Amino acid sequence: MSQPHDVTSPSVQDYEDAVRRYDPVLGIEVHVELGTASKMFDGAPQTFGAEPNTAVTPVSLGLPGALPVVNAAAVEYAIRIGLALNCEIAETCRFARKNYFYPDVPKNFQTSQYDEPIAFDGHLDVELEDGEIFRVEIERAHMEEDAGKNTHVGGSGRIHGAEYSLVDYNRAGIPLVEIVTKPIVGARERAPEVARAYVSALRDIFRSLGVSEARMERGNVRADVNVSLRDSADAAFGTRTETKNVNSFRSIERAVRHEISRQAGVLDAGGSITQETRHWHEDTGVTSPGRVKSDAEDYRYFPEPDLVPLAPSREWVEQIRAGLPELPSVRRRRLQAEWELSDAEMRDLVNAGATELVEATVAAGATPAAARKWWMGELARTAKSDGVALEDLPVRPEHIAELQSLVDDGRLNDKLARQALAGVLAGEGSPEEVVTARGLEIVSDDGALEAAVDEAIAANPDVVEKIRGGKVQAAGALVGAVMKATRGQADAGKVREIIFSRVEG
Amino acid sequence: MAETSLTHRSAADLADLLRRGETSSVEVTQAHLDRTAEVDPAVHAYLHVNAEEALATAADVDARRAAGEDLHELAGVPIAVKDVVVTKGQVTTAGSKILEGWIPPYDATLVRHLRASGMPILGKTNLDEFAMGSSTEHSAYGPTRNPWDLERIPGGSGGGSAAAVAAHLAPLAIGTDTGGSIRQPAAVTGTVGVKPTYGGVSRYGLIALASSLDQAGPVSRTVLDSALLHEVIGVHDPLDSTSLTDPAGGLVDAARAGDLAGMRIGVVRELGGEGYQPGVRASFDHAVDLLRGAGADVVEVSCPSFDYALAAYYLILPAEASSNLAKFDGMRFGLRVEPEEGPVTAETVMAATRGAGFGDEVKRRIILGTHALSAGYYDAYYGSAQKVRTLIQRDFAAAFELADVLVSPTAPTTAFRFGEKVDDPLAMYLNDVATIPANLAGVPGLSLPSGLSDDGLPVGFQVLAPAREDARLYRVGGVLERLLTDERGGPILDRAPDLEVKA
Amino acid sequence: MSTISSDEVARVAALARIALNQDEIERLAGELDVIANAVARVGEVATPDVPATSHPLPLANVMRPDEVTETLDVHEVMASAPQAEDGMFAVPQILGEDA
Repeated sequence: MSQPHDVTSPSVQDYEDAVRRYDPVLGIEVHVELGTASKMFDGAPQTFGAEPNTAVTPVSLGLPGALPVVNAAAVEYAIRIGLALNCEIAETCRFARKNYFYPDVPKNFQTSQYDEPIAFDGHLDVELEDGEIFRVEIERAHMEEDAGKNTHVGGSGRIHGAEYSLVDYNRAGIPLVEIVTKPIVGARERAPEVARAYVSALRDIFRSLGVSEARMERGNVRADVNVSLRDSADAAFGTRTETKNVNSFRSIERAVRHEISRQAGVLDAGGSITQETRHWHEDTGVTSPGRVKSDAEDYRYFPEPDLVPLAPSREWVEQIRAGLPELPSVRRRRLQAEWELSDAEMRDLVNAGATELVEATVAAGATPAAARKWWMGELARTAKSDGVALEDLPVRPEHIAELQSLVDDGRLNDKLARQALAGVLAGEGSPEEVVTARGLEIVSDDGALEAAVDEAIAANPDVVEKIRGGKVQAAGALVGAVMKATRGQADAGKVREIIFSRVEG
Repeated sequence: MAETSLTHRSAADLADLLRRGETSSVEVTQAHLDRTAEVDPAVHAYLHVNAEEALATAADVDARRAAGEDLHELAGVPIAVKDVVVTKGQVTTAGSKILEGWIPPYDATLVRHLRASGMPILGKTNLDEFAMGSSTEHSAYGPTRNPWDLERIPGGSGGGSAAAVAAHLAPLAIGTDTGGSIRQPAAVTGTVGVKPTYGGVSRYGLIALASSLDQAGPVSRTVLDSALLHEVIGVHDPLDSTSLTDPAGGLVDAARAGDLAGMRIGVVRELGGEGYQPGVRASFDHAVDLLRGAGADVVEVSCPSFDYALAAYYLILPAEASSNLAKFDGMRFGLRVEPEEGPVTAETVMAATRGAGFGDEVKRRIILGTHALSAGYYDAYYGSAQKVRTLIQRDFAAAFELADVLVSPTAPTTAFRFGEKVDDPLAMYLNDVATIPANLAGVPGLSLPSGLSDDGLPVGFQVLAPAREDARLYRVGGVLERLLTDERGGPILDRAPDLEVKA
Repeated sequence: MSTISSDEVARVAALARIALNQDEIERLAGELDVIANAVARVGEVATPDVPATSHPLPLANVMRPDEVTETLDVHEVMASAPQAEDGMFAVPQILGEDA
């Protein structure tokens, strides 16, 4: 077992043991950066990789005298998210100030929403890997602004032990939507999976709604996970911890799993859980306590006096609802029917992250079966051995469709096609280009084939005898010889035909 | 002398002279700069004078006028700006040490309007720190003195702008009014000051005190001058979410209208009586008589919730201000102070900076406001104060059913001596008891001089109108001003002592 | 209603990041207590049936289109910084010893 960072807790209990004796309750907060052109409250642009402090106006810098004005697109995106999560959209809502001092918060308050969020009381049905559906209840989705970025200088490079910090406010003011679940109960031993599947589902929704690129590794989507344990499903909720710095779906699952085990260990040893924020360490697989806050979070919320209430008309909300794209779960069911796949086959596709890729390949002209074969077969193997996601392989769906049509036209067989694919993956060009450059095409010239067959027959007289004697399968050796001579670029079926006509003739 | 008379003209007169080519903007601007050099050492109305920039603007306007360009009515007329409004490239301090030497990288929207109109900006005027006060004694850079009596306060928080105009150091000035900070200084210095309808003038670029109460407005010597300036700055601003899309119009016409057309004038019972000096009340009553004589229908109205206005104000303002002033922390601009003992961290530097950079009144209000918003206190304090606000709006609405404008003395007393109230915060707060209700309700208010009290000091007459009906202020104000000036035989400031330094 | 004690002043001053010495804390406590008692009378009329007004004038739905506007020149921005490095604001370490 790895050494726990938290020296006050006993050793981590076995996970299965923990969930047998305790009932975990989760709460998940997800922040998504909206992909608008300008910021939430001013016209500074959203940038990536720009020089520090070049994307600020007096408003996003929090200068004296500056005032916020709400970005209409951000409001629309927030409503889209609320509708996709089956929420009610507020008839009227307000912004509020969340007051706290921190160098990356230029006004030393964040303009957010407090008791009047734009969307509330929704749910998301999340599909787990084995097909089970789990309903996550959504408390609210609200709008707020992002903070700037601190770079710590000196010390260990993280907050603890830093000598000073450098602050860049380019990110300050970028629109965020925060989605908060109601307590997630009843997941039991599948809690870690549910957490992961929920955030992953949200990510898919954000992308399909066009409201965010939603890349966790870029920080477009951030998740904080709250975990508490109780003795049984009837007992009152236990004390919860909040774990931050979970930067991937895998981390979410691992962090929840670890935190359940850790808390069980503490409780078993007769201790109690401290309500605190903890930090997830991806490398060691444990959580450690964060800074103890002295203010006990007295944010002194009050309605933002520089902004007026938002009252999205019901007409506008219905317009947005009508314009919503097909949501991922609906789309998956439709595709499954179109492609005539079983539940298990569809699930495999989804779990492999191949759905859009197959869809695009079909759109480029391949059959669903062929597209599936490639993406779930050769490409999935390649992705796994290269350690990348399917979508990050350097091959496009159009290439796969082209490859398959070469096979369908008889210009390639499966083996040659795989060689051509290797060329595409190596960056040598499209399948057509690789086939030409490498000379991979099936030999169609009958004369050349006949010559090769004759050579093989001449070299293997005993095999010819067997064929004439009725052992048709023996022809396989001759086919093999011809294939070898032609470096696999013969059409096996045609070779067989020629062999038999020669032998019989 | 020609120069002296340029500084003793109204802005409207100056605009006239400029239009007719009888003087130049450079002459006018230089005359005010010269008088400022002579007189301001005694008055201290200005924190910074920007001679170079003002004269450059003046020269540019003169050249454009000579080239036949169509210019704004007030083009070439110089103006002073309260140092709580950001001016690009010019030091802006909000009267605080925490912003000593700070140069904003942008202009307030109203400043852009002044520049677009070709008005040279003479400089930035003194104020109570962060506009918190009623006497300008809380400025971190020393007080401003009342031109009527240099041992007395000029009012606050905008004592600098009012004193500048009263001492003829500028024909016009910009002030800001959160609880009376334009109107009360106008009253005690014998000048005119107007708080527009909330949202009538952009707050973009005003260093915020209480966001739901602040308004910028004109400071002048005549009602017409304020109307002219009000129309320059009273424009919708997309950078201010609380800016009205239909701000008041017809203000200059109203100031020139010359008659009351049977308007109903409501005297507010709660804004008078005990606590108001007899000389103030006498001056007020006389003004009301003049209006009655001019054809106004005078009625008494009662607004009982006004008795709670001061209490509500001193909860709402500190709460909003405590949040608005959080940005002054030494991290991005302004003063930065490290603690003398203990660890040097962002938290301790913020605390040391704010401890050193804020004055006592600011600290008082931030602490009060932070307390009022704290968990467990919100409902009793801030939440309740917002309810009183509703009651005050209702009382105004009911009163405006019975009257077209409401009137009262602007302040309970004339200018008091330095030091008289500065150690008694509550006594100081009482100066605003008549002006505060308008800020809470968002309605516009104007103060003009009604005469001198028996102590020889100016008294202010306040006119209030329904939201968006700013024109009514100018109509009533214009008529009353003419009646009083005729009766007196000249402008009230002619009675003020001479401030020129004797050679 | 409530009183503002020295302890409360100290707590609130920390929350508001204002360093005060003991004399200041005590003086402020005395002054603020008087003020707090005066303003507490708002509770007399703030009954449950009265709605709160947070904005003087009833505006709603003020928004701007999602368009990029001019940004500040970074040199002007950094010119006011008490301390700067590499175009960023240099601030002291954000945590002292762990509390």
